[in-house]
Amino acid sequence: MRLDLVPRPGRAPLAALLAPALAFLASVLLGGVAVALLGVSPAAAFAAYFIAPLSELWSLQEIAVKAAPLALIATGLAFCYRANLWNIGAEGQFVVGGLAGGCVALATQGSAGFTFWILPTMLVAGTLAGIAYAMIPAVLKVRLGVSEILTSLMLVYVAELLLDYMARGPLRDPAGYNFPQSVPFDAAARLPYLMEGETLHAGVLIAFASVVLATIVLGRTLFGFEVRVVGASPRAARFAGFSEARLTLAAFAVSGGAAGLAGIAEVAGQIGQLQPTISPGYGFTAIIVAFLGRLSPPGILVAALVIALTTIGGEGAQIDLRLPLDLTRAFQGVLLAFVLGADVLTRFTVRLVPGGAR
Amino acid sequence: MRHSICAGLGAFLLLLGPARAADKLKVGFVYVGPVADYGYSFQHDLSRKALAEAMPDTVETTYLENVPEADSERAIEKLARSGVGLIFTTSFGFMEPTLKVARKFPAVKFEHATGYKRAANVSTYSARFYEGRYVCGKIAARLSKTGTVGYIASFPIPEVVSGINAFMLGAQSVNPNVKVKIVWVNTWFDPGKEAEAAKALLAQGADILTQHTDSAAPLQEAEKQGKLAFGQSSDQYRFAPKAQLTAIVDDWSGYVIGEAKAVRDGSWKSHDTWGGIKDGLVVLAPFTNMPADVKAMAEDTVKAIAAGTVHPFAGPVTKKDGTVAVKDGETAPDPIILGMNWYVKGIDDTLPQ
Repeated sequence: MRLDLVPRPGRAPLAALLAPALAFLASVLLGGVAVALLGVSPAAAFAAYFIAPLSELWSLQEIAVKAAPLALIATGLAFCYRANLWNIGAEGQFVVGGLAGGCVALATQGSAGFTFWILPTMLVAGTLAGIAYAMIPAVLKVRLGVSEILTSLMLVYVAELLLDYMARGPLRDPAGYNFPQSVPFDAAARLPYLMEGETLHAGVLIAFASVVLATIVLGRTLFGFEVRVVGASPRAARFAGFSEARLTLAAFAVSGGAAGLAGIAEVAGQIGQLQPTISPGYGFTAIIVAFLGRLSPPGILVAALVIALTTIGGEGAQIDLRLPLDLTRAFQGVLLAFVLGADVLTRFTVRLVPGGAR
Repeated sequence: MRHSICAGLGAFLLLLGPARAADKLKVGFVYVGPVADYGYSFQHDLSRKALAEAMPDTVETTYLENVPEADSERAIEKLARSGVGLIFTTSFGFMEPTLKVARKFPAVKFEHATGYKRAANVSTYSARFYEGRYVCGKIAARLSKTGTVGYIASFPIPEVVSGINAFMLGAQSVNPNVKVKIVWVNTWFDPGKEAEAAKALLAQGADILTQHTDSAAPLQEAEKQGKLAFGQSSDQYRFAPKAQLTAIVDDWSGYVIGEAKAVRDGSWKSHDTWGGIKDGLVVLAPFTNMPADVKAMAEDTVKAIAAGTVHPFAGPVTKKDGTVAVKDGETAPDPIILGMNWYVKGIDDTLPQ
C-alpha cells in the first residue's frame, strides 16, 4: 500500500485562498483540544490569544513592532526561496547588520550640531553589511558549488559570536562594571517613535515600505520575472538565457540586505544599544513566516502579523491563564504544518495505491 | 432611582468579590530561562511560590518564563499593564528594558536582579555568591587527590570572575599549590555543552568539578565517573547523590516576601541590596560525601563568614600580574568586587576580554 500524489488539473483560485484559512481553523481547533487537556477553558484561551491583543492600542503597536522584522526578513528570503536558493542564514545577516549599524552609532556618540546624517548612515551600513555577509555563501555556491544551506547556516554562529565578542570586548561600556553591553545610543541614532508611549517606531514603516516595494519588484520587473522563472523551471530559464550565477548573487543580496536592514532597525528602534544578543531568533522565525505567507510579500505581511499576534497572545495566556510558553511554540509549528499540508492538497489529490512500495 | 440602581449594583459587585481580588497586590516575575531549569530560574520561582504561600490573602503572583533579553521590554510592559504592582526582572540583561518600562509606569515598583542602575521605582538586588564559592574552594582543596579542580564558567562578567577568585583564595588557604582549570562555555544553560566541558576537565586530571552554569549536567557527569562536584543555584543532590559535596543555593524567598510586604504597607523605597550568607540569601546545601573533619571545617567557615570574622577577599590579595589588589589587613570594598576583571595569583588562565 502506498500514497500517490496526483497533480490536480487546472488551478482553483478559491481553494488556494481558502486553504490557509482552513488550516488556521484546524490549528485553532487542535490547539483548543490541547488547552482543554491542560484544564483551561478553550474559549478563555482563544480570547487571550487572539482577541485580547487586538483590543488594546498598546498591544496593536506591539504586534506591529514584532511583525516588522519578521516581515522584512521574510520578504527578502522570498526572493531566494522563489529561485530555489536556500538561504538559512538570515539570522546571521540580521546580527551583522545590527552590529555594523550599531558601530556607526557608537563611533558618532556624542557628536554635536548637525547629526541628521547619523541615522540614515546607520541604516545604509546595516543593509550593506547584511548584503556583504550574504555574499559569502552566494559566492561559494556560484564559484565552488558549495551548498548554501550549510554555509549560510554555519555563518549564523560566526555572526552571533562576533557580536558577542564585540559587546563583551571592544564595544563595552567603560563605565558599566565590565558588564557586556555598549553605552545607550544618542537620540540622534535612534529611530523615532511614531506614537506616544514609546512603542511604535519608524522601523515599522521601513518594513511596510519594503513589502510594497518587493511586491512591485517581484510582480512587475524583469528581475522579479527571472526569479519566478528560475524557481518554476530552471531549464526554461537557461533556454531564456538567464544567468543563474548572476541571479544567485542578486537574490542573496536582496535577502541579506533586507535582513541587515531589519537588524539595524531593531537595534536603532527597539533596543537602543549593542548587547551580546540582539535577536530572539527573528531570522529563523522569518523562514516560517516566508512559507506561511507562501513566498508572496502581501501573504508574508499577513503571516508575520499572525505570528506576532500568537506570540503576544501567548504572553497574555501565560500571565492570565498560566498556559506554558511551549504551547505557543507548538501552535506555531502546527500552523505551519497545516498550511503547508493544505497547500499540497490544493495542488494534488492523494490516491491510495494498493501493493508494496516501489 | 438611577442612583440607587448604581449603588445596588456596586454593592452587588463588592459582594461578588472582584473588588476584593483587585485589592490584592499582583506580583510578577520575568525569568530568562525555563522555570524547570532546576537552577537559577527555578530558584527564583521557588521564591514566587514561597511568596504566594506566605501571603495568600494579600498577594497574587504570576510569571513569564524563557523571555529573551533582546525581547524583554514588551514582556515587562505587558506585566505592568496587567495590573501587576511589583515586578521582579531576574536577569542582568533586563536592566535597560526594566528602566524604560519603569519610566512609563511610575506607580509600579520594579526589582532588578544583579544590575547596577536604579530609579525612584527601581530597586536592585543580588547575592554575594562569592562567599559560598570561598567555602567550596576550601572543601575542594581538602578533598582533591590530584590537586586539580575543574571550573565550568559561563561569561566573564564580574559576578563570575569574583566567584572564580573567591574559590581560588579559599582553596589556596588550604593548599597553596592547588590548580584550577577553567573552561568558558559562553552560556548560562546548555546541558550538552556543560557536560562536554565536564568531560574535558575530568580527562585533564581534575577530580572535583565546580560550575557557574545552571544545569545539573556537570554534576551528573562527575557522578557517572565516580568523581566529586558542587551543585549550582539549587540543591541538586537528587541528580548526583554520590557526587554532590554541597551546592550554593540562591534563596530569594526572604527578600521577595520582604519587598512585597513593604509595597503592601507603603514603606517600599528604591534601594540596593547585596546580601550574603549572613542575610540568608546565600545558603549552602547540606555537606555530603565528605569526611567529618572536612564537614566541620566547612561549617566553621560558613559561620565565620556569617559572623564577619572571615572575608573571602581579605588582604593580602595579589593579582595574577603580581600587583597588590587588596593590602594586608584590609578587605576588598564592594566596588572592587562588583567590577572585578582580573584573576588572583595562581590561576593559570587568561581572562577572555
